Formats: sequence, C-alpha cells, structure tokens
Amino acid sequence: MNHADILQTLDMIDHQNLDIRTITMGISLRDCAHPDPSQCAQRIYEKITRCARDLVATGEAIEREYGIPIVNKRISVTPISEVAAACDSEDYVPFALAMEKAARECGVNFIGGFSALVHKGMTISDQRLISSIPQALAETDIVCSSVNVATTRAGINMDAVALMGRVIKQAAAKSGMACAKLVVFANAVEDNPFMAGAFHGVGEGECVINVGVSGPGVVQHALEAVRGAPFDVVAETIKKTAFRITRMGQLVAQEASRRLKVPFGVVDLSLAPTPALGDSVARILEEIGLETCGTHGTTAALAMLNDAVKKGGVMASNHVGGLSGAFIPVSEDEGMIAAAASGVLTLDKLEAMTCVCSVGLDMIAVPGSTTAETISAIIADEAAIGMVNNKTTAVRIIPVEGKDVGQSVEFGGLLGSAPIMPVHPESPAAFIARGGRIPAPLHSLRN
Amino acid sequence: MRAIITVIGPDRVGIIAEVCTLLAKYNVNVVDLSQTIMDSFFTMTVLVNIGAANASFDTIRDALIQKGEAMGLSIRIQREDIFTAMHKI
Repeated sequence: MNHADILQTLDMIDHQNLDIRTITMGISLRDCAHPDPSQCAQRIYEKITRCARDLVATGEAIEREYGIPIVNKRISVTPISEVAAACDSEDYVPFALAMEKAARECGVNFIGGFSALVHKGMTISDQRLISSIPQALAETDIVCSSVNVATTRAGINMDAVALMGRVIKQAAAKSGMACAKLVVFANAVEDNPFMAGAFHGVGEGECVINVGVSGPGVVQHALEAVRGAPFDVVAETIKKTAFRITRMGQLVAQEASRRLKVPFGVVDLSLAPTPALGDSVARILEEIGLETCGTHGTTAALAMLNDAVKKGGVMASNHVGGLSGAFIPVSEDEGMIAAAASGVLTLDKLEAMTCVCSVGLDMIAVPGSTTAETISAIIADEAAIGMVNNKTTAVRIIPVEGKDVGQSVEFGGLLGSAPIMPVHPESPAAFIARGGRIPAPLHSLRN
Repeated sequence: MRAIITVIGPDRVGIIAEVCTLLAKYNVNVVDLSQTIMDSFFTMTVLVNIGAANASFDTIRDALIQKGEAMGLSIRIQREDIFTAMHKI
C-alpha cells in the first residue's frame, strides 16, 4: 500500500467527516400477521429482535476493525399497513410501540416502516394506519413513518395528499418531533436505508442489509483543489471521490452481510449531510462557485453534483439502489441552515432543486399557522415533480406550533435545527378540496 | 489477515522500537514499513500480518491505542482491505 494513500484515507476520516452513514437491516414482517392485534404486535417484536439481535454489535466490530465510523445502525420493516391488515383493530399505535420496544432492545437509532403505500387507493388498513400516525409518532421516539401518495405509473392520489396535510398538522400539534419522523413520498423505493423514509418493500427478501454512504466533506475538500477549473474537471473530481467513498460502503456492506449471514441488498450512493461543520452539501455547491446556496445557478450545480456522484459510485458497487443522490435536508445541513436563515434559500428554490436531486423538500420548518391545505398543496407539487420526472420525491415538513418566520427550531443531534421558512399565504384550499386522483402522465404507458 | 498500523505524532527517539516490541509481544509480523517526517510530524505506516497473532484484533488494537496515549502519539490499526478498496480497482 502507498503511504500517501493511507494517510489520505485517514485524513478523510479525521478531518473531512468521512463515515458510513447507516447500516440498515430490512426485515420482512409479512409472516407476523395475526387477527389478534396483541399477538400480531408480539410477533412483530419477536421477529425484529430475532433478526436484528446482532446488528449493532456487528456494526461496532466492523467500525473497530476498519477504523471507519458507522454513524447509525437501523432497521426497516414491511409497511405495517400490510402486516396489520388482518387485525380487527382501529388503533395501530400498539404496532408502533412494538416496533419501538424491539428497536430499543436491539440498540438501533431508528426503525422505519410504520408506513402505507396508497398511491392509487387506500385499503381499510391503510386508512387505520394513517389515522394512527400522529399518536404513534407522539408515543414513540425512534419509530419513523412514511406514506407513498403517488407513482409515475399510478398518478397522484389527491385524497391521500389532502389527508396527509391534516395528519401532519395533527402530528405537529401532538409532538414537536413527530413531523421530523414522517415522510410523504412519490415513487418511494423499497430498499432505502435512510430515515425517516426507510421501509422494507414487498418485493424484498426475508432479511437484507443495505448500506448508505455519506461524504459531503470529502467531496468539498477534493473540489477545493480544483478551484476555477472547468466543469469537466469538477465532474471528474466528484466522480473519483464518489468512487472511493462508495467502495468503502461496498466493503462494509459485504462484511456486515457476511458476518450477519444476511444477504447484501444495495449501497445507497447518497451524499448525506449532517449539521456538523464540513459535512454540508450546500457548502459543496458554494465551493463550485456560488456565493450562497440558493442563488441562481444552484439547480445547475446540484444537477451536476448529483449526476457525478452516481456515475462515480455506480462502478464501485455491484448493487446500487435506495435513493442514491445528493440529499438537501435543510435542518440537517449546516450550509443549508445558513442559506435558509439568510433568506437566499427559499422553499420555491428548494422545490426547483428537488427536480434534479434526491429526494425532496426535506426537514423544512414552516410557521405553525400554515394550513393543512397549504401543506397538502406543497406535497402535491413535490409528488407532481416525482411523478412526471420518474424519480423519488418526498416531503418532510414541520409546521412549528407557536413559531413564525424569523424564528428557528432545534431538533437536536443529526436532525439539527431549522429556521422557520415562509410559505405563500394564498390559499390552495379549493384545489385540495377536489380530491380524486391526478392521472398518470403519458410516458408511463410503455407496455 | 493483514492490517495497516499508522503512527502519527511528534518525533522522538525509539518510536519504531517501542511499537515493534509491542507487536512482537503479540506475535504480529511486520511485512512492510514506511516512515517519513511531514511538517515536523513523525508519520509511519506499517503493514502487518496478524494471522498468527496470539491475541484478538480488539486486544491488539487496545494495546496499540494505550501505547500511543502513553507516548503522546496517535496509533491505530485498521484492516488492510479498507485502503485497498478505496485506492485500487
């Protein structure tokens, strides 16, 4: 091994926040169905704790032996609306409690899958799950919830979009943290290892290991060496860096899979920021040449970044999946927080940025007075972008009770803090009240 | 199994001797060693084989970290695969 290469890797870990963002174990709970809700909850608890018993210890052993931090160990499960459909119960909160208890027992940071897929219609079970979301998220700390309301093939379920606006408002009223654990998707993926949107899709196997890499700090550092160079050089630099980061993710994923005797699923090639200094996607965009993230040019810079990350990463892993792209969560990215606080980065610009990257309007704090209809309309706009562009989009929006533009909210830890961003005051109520479905766009009819 | 040990810190007499003595105690064989002074900092990378070691990876790792702390140096051991994965196709 080359002395300089070794030192370069150490520098990435020590000074550029290189880490594996998450090892996520996906677990199928489809065999946990039972007509008796308490037996179903017990089966959920037992299956999760049986499968994920060694997940955290294995992750920590890999961290020690390879000297690379693995920030999160997580679990995703089959959407609970599928698992609980056989139960004769209106209240799905006990299933969230079973997930929480199992996740705590296993020592993971988060568990995702209190979810429903309702892009075309809602089953009775889907309705029960969605109406249980506010209480379930208020009564748990590490359970994450997601609802898929649109796909390119099915169009947008506007009844579900309208419902989710109300659910988000109810969740915000019950708990300040609830909405940080709730994602509304279009084109949700089945193998996403990142929270809050991870669930174990019905096309997945019994149990699987997915890994999410990170590394905004490493990309930023690499770009500092090519200041002023043309975009060809910038893209090439990002590709090479993404290749290295992803190779490390692939190695960790294979090792975790081997030790846990669980098949390897995918590496998610994402640039996942944290609120720490030097771990920001916004700062990469600024390094590319923008005074502040959110100004004109941001969408183009982000499009190039996102594409180059994928091109570099895809060769480094034998199975790429999940969300794979640059994340732009406002509260979880130090540069995004600063750009939003300065007023340069607006909700409208973020919406444009979501057209060219993964995933969507993420960790956005808005005034507590924002109406359910406005939230639904924001969701509809994002879902339309996802539907038409054949990509995943998502909304994780937090109406902050009692706070307004100019103030900020603190979530703590990896979730960071967010300035309250203004929304348009004009009402979309009549638009949302229509309900029904927005038909699938024409380019989906390829068969 | 092969691993890379890196030693970084202010230069002084006997760093290589002390680290290698510790490795010999655990029957860890040195395969290759590269050392330089960068910005007045001693930096050394040692490729070792721990296949015949008489202690677990974690025990050797803890002993190296403690030795580093005692000598005012950063000493770490990582499996070689991580560097190979990142720098070789």
